[in-house]
Amino acid sequence: MKAAAFDFAHPESLEQAIALLANDGARAFAGGQSLGPMLNLRLARPRTLARVNHLPELGGVTDDAGAVTIGAGVTHSTIADGGVPDIGGDILARVAGGIAYRAVRNRGTIGGSLCHADPAADWVTVLTALDAAVLLRGPNGTRALPVADFILGPFRTALNPGEILCAVRVPRVGDAAGWGYVKACRKPGDFAHAMAAVLLSPRTRRIVIGALGGKPLLLRDGAATIEEAARALPVADDAVSRQMRLVTLRRALAEAGA
Amino acid sequence: MRQTVGEGIGQSVTRVEDDRYLRGKGEFLADIRLSGMRDLAFLRSPIAHARIRAIRKPVGAEVSVFTAADLASVRPIVAVSGLPGFKPSAQPVLADIKVRHVGEPIAVCVAASRAEAEDLVDKIEVDFDELPAVVDMRASLKSDVRVHEHWDDNVFLETFVAIEPERFDTPAPIVVRRRLRTARQCMSPLEGRGVVATWDRRLEQLLVYTSTQMPHIVRTGLAGCLGLPESRIRVVAPDVGGGFGYKGILLAEEVCAAWLCRKLGHPVRWVEDRREQLTGNANCREHDYDITVHAEADGTLIGIDAEAVVDAGAYSAYPFSACLEAAQVASILPGPYVMRSYRCRTFSAATNKPPILPYRGVARAGVCFALEVCLDAVAREAGLEPHEVRSRNLVPAEAMPYDNITAKHFDSGDYRECLRRAIEAIDIPGVRRRQTETTGPLRIGVGSAIFCEQAAHGTSVYAGWGIPMVPGFEQATARMTPDGGLELRVGIQSHGQGLETTLAQVAHEVLGLPLADIRVVHGDTALTPYSTGTWGSRCMVTAGGAVGTACRDLAERIAVIGAHLLQTPIDTVRVGNGCVTGPAGSVPIAEVARTWYLRPQDLPGDVAAGGLEVTSGYKTKRDSGTFSYAAHAAVVSVDTELGTIRILDYVICEDGGTLVNPMIVDGQIIGGTAQGIGTALYEEMPYDNAGQPLGSTLADYLLPSATEVPEPRIEHMTTPSPLSMFGQKGIGEGGAIGPPAAIANAVNDALSPLGVEISELPITPHRVLSALLARTGK
Repeated sequence: MKAAAFDFAHPESLEQAIALLANDGARAFAGGQSLGPMLNLRLARPRTLARVNHLPELGGVTDDAGAVTIGAGVTHSTIADGGVPDIGGDILARVAGGIAYRAVRNRGTIGGSLCHADPAADWVTVLTALDAAVLLRGPNGTRALPVADFILGPFRTALNPGEILCAVRVPRVGDAAGWGYVKACRKPGDFAHAMAAVLLSPRTRRIVIGALGGKPLLLRDGAATIEEAARALPVADDAVSRQMRLVTLRRALAEAGA
Repeated sequence: MRQTVGEGIGQSVTRVEDDRYLRGKGEFLADIRLSGMRDLAFLRSPIAHARIRAIRKPVGAEVSVFTAADLASVRPIVAVSGLPGFKPSAQPVLADIKVRHVGEPIAVCVAASRAEAEDLVDKIEVDFDELPAVVDMRASLKSDVRVHEHWDDNVFLETFVAIEPERFDTPAPIVVRRRLRTARQCMSPLEGRGVVATWDRRLEQLLVYTSTQMPHIVRTGLAGCLGLPESRIRVVAPDVGGGFGYKGILLAEEVCAAWLCRKLGHPVRWVEDRREQLTGNANCREHDYDITVHAEADGTLIGIDAEAVVDAGAYSAYPFSACLEAAQVASILPGPYVMRSYRCRTFSAATNKPPILPYRGVARAGVCFALEVCLDAVAREAGLEPHEVRSRNLVPAEAMPYDNITAKHFDSGDYRECLRRAIEAIDIPGVRRRQTETTGPLRIGVGSAIFCEQAAHGTSVYAGWGIPMVPGFEQATARMTPDGGLELRVGIQSHGQGLETTLAQVAHEVLGLPLADIRVVHGDTALTPYSTGTWGSRCMVTAGGAVGTACRDLAERIAVIGAHLLQTPIDTVRVGNGCVTGPAGSVPIAEVARTWYLRPQDLPGDVAAGGLEVTSGYKTKRDSGTFSYAAHAAVVSVDTELGTIRILDYVICEDGGTLVNPMIVDGQIIGGTAQGIGTALYEEMPYDNAGQPLGSTLADYLLPSATEVPEPRIEHMTTPSPLSMFGQKGIGEGGAIGPPAAIANAVNDALSPLGVEISELPITPHRVLSALLARTGK
């Protein structure tokens, strides 16, 4: 199928992009790896698509002692190939290298993936576990939100009209931190049927179950056992899904050295 | 003369067609651009079963939208079978009173681009009276809802065969009964279907380019639907990017495009997209078995007692019909084994799903899975390794040729040796050792399967099915060009098999001309002799034999002229190595051609009036088919916590008789095996209760890719077929037949200590975990 007609805008500045996106039926377009197929299947029918990944504000990478800040337009491949400073444990590069296929990684962006908010997307779960924050710019200025609060549900985010996700700030994990990330896929590159990410450090324990069909489930500090996780899972889960979630969680905990 | 050693039969010559394919210089359907051409898009039914009350065309665009009412003069697609009791269906090229499956074309829109044509599709309004959908094939047999309202049930055809069934009345020492299912699949060639149609005003002829495996059959079908003489239709298959059976049918879209280009006076094009392919068009494979195997205590087979249902979908596809798959099940279920008793009832069930189409290894992938899973169960009951049970029951080499219980004529081979070699290569003792050492959630299993593949069967077999297409003599034209080149014209169509190379190798074998001087012309009804096309693993046997025959006949013509040029009696010369050779010297075939075409004054007036162009027909010595065969063996690991399966090792021992090009044979086996792995582990088009297809994109319909397909270790046996010209056997489909059985048996081997057996394909993590959880009662 071919996309329904839309206007394709090339804003020359972030301000122009924000103004464009404040209009009804306007959507930002970065790598197009999720939105592209949805356009072609006519599941998405925006009036205007505004290209954003050429904007300098979305392209840079900066780091300081506490965190690495990655422009929203940085591709998965760039991250997988080590084009972004390590937050510790080579975590980001390893996660990025496992996203879909190389062709998708070459165009797909970290910011685009978060804005699409597919419950089975790697970054949605991983960046929740890493306690990352998104930096948003909109008509009313700049704000930062934890990823856990940015993702509201399946394909739903806290983005307001005209707002653009400019960057993701990912805290460094200390040398003593343990990290585990396991997803259950039928084949590499397939959408995950179950996934879990675990960050264990002296400062924090963040345990996240993803691919739930809604927003990721963040088990706060206390819940470190499988039994506690099992109680937190959606009751509607069938026995097979439930087992997959708990097994990925157990394996992620083991990877993290729990 | 150029050195041409190593270009004949048996040589792994590099494929001549690959240069243009690999450099992107081929011409596939979507590469064709004709002046004034416009694009088509189809409105397809969103509902599985409904009456159409009204269709409203978009206001202002009525002239660009066509429905069944506009195509009133077009006849529906009808593919009958002569088997007694068969109920024919009429498939309208655009739905008229009813829609019978999601994806069925209802209207066609014409515009300057596909996107604009889809915009028109969006604006058509249809009023439906929705009817209950018949979705499950078993339920369809009992349903009061009729897919075809004038039928008294939902069965295209029921067949029954019974040979010494009274043995089943006496309890056998081992009785294994299984309910087994294979999924509905979608054949997925890299290139989908597509058609460009135009009217040639000079020739007053419809010219249809279509991505097909059988241009001549498409022409016959089009002529029937359009009411045109066949002489007014030319069908051209351009480069075709894979077919596997999906391009061995007449499409409603082809008929619509052909009708529209005449109506509109300009060329039209339809290029199928992946969504159309998945949701509306390429369905295949869905079988359901209730099978009981009776055996002696030592595993010796007594017989098979089975009922099989094939979900044939809504219509009987042209030309293979809705019942070929199920009827074949009945005739091949006994596999390569000896038994005395056999009973099988089959149903071709009509449902509100797209028509089932023939796919590589028609019926065989499901049959092999059903039988071989049961034989493993027999072996477990007998306390034997499964390969021991297989070997005990295989037709022995000394019995060849052998007429089996369903009168299949196995032409040659040593099945036990084939199995032995595969089993030796997979190293059963090594796997058994590793199994005892393995702890934790990963379990290892080994499985095997053996099957034979009837190929290139001809007139009597297909006349027996009574379908619209019965292969007779396969013809080829061999003609010299004035510069000494050789053109081979064949009515089959090469769409990945490398036939432009292998048929040239056959000609080289006969005439000794260098491959560089031989061109194969195919896929065009105007340029080639009639043929049923490329299907059923037939081309290397039938078209290869036809090319060999035509080249031998051409050699006789060449010999006459050559003898004159050598001034020696005809019975003293022979043709070969690119020359005519007599007692005192030789003359190149190129010189013979030059003389006949360009210097006729050098020949007496009465020499070789027929010239250097010959069309010859060929049939195998009997038309019961060559039987290649293969044993597959797999080692897998099963993650018993997540249900994921990995193939750790894969071995194939195959007997394709004389291999014309061993490299191409390996390619065929590897490609087929990849598809068989898809059948075993990934590919499934599920439908919900309303008949909605749930695998509508490649994110949902999983295909095996490089990461899932291991490099199989292939061994060859080369027992020549006594039936074919050079001893070659058809092997095109075999690779796809073995993997579901071998992999399922390996998974069952891994899971047997847990008391779990898999009964349904594909073997998804969900199915593995469901079986394990059911066992543990969770």
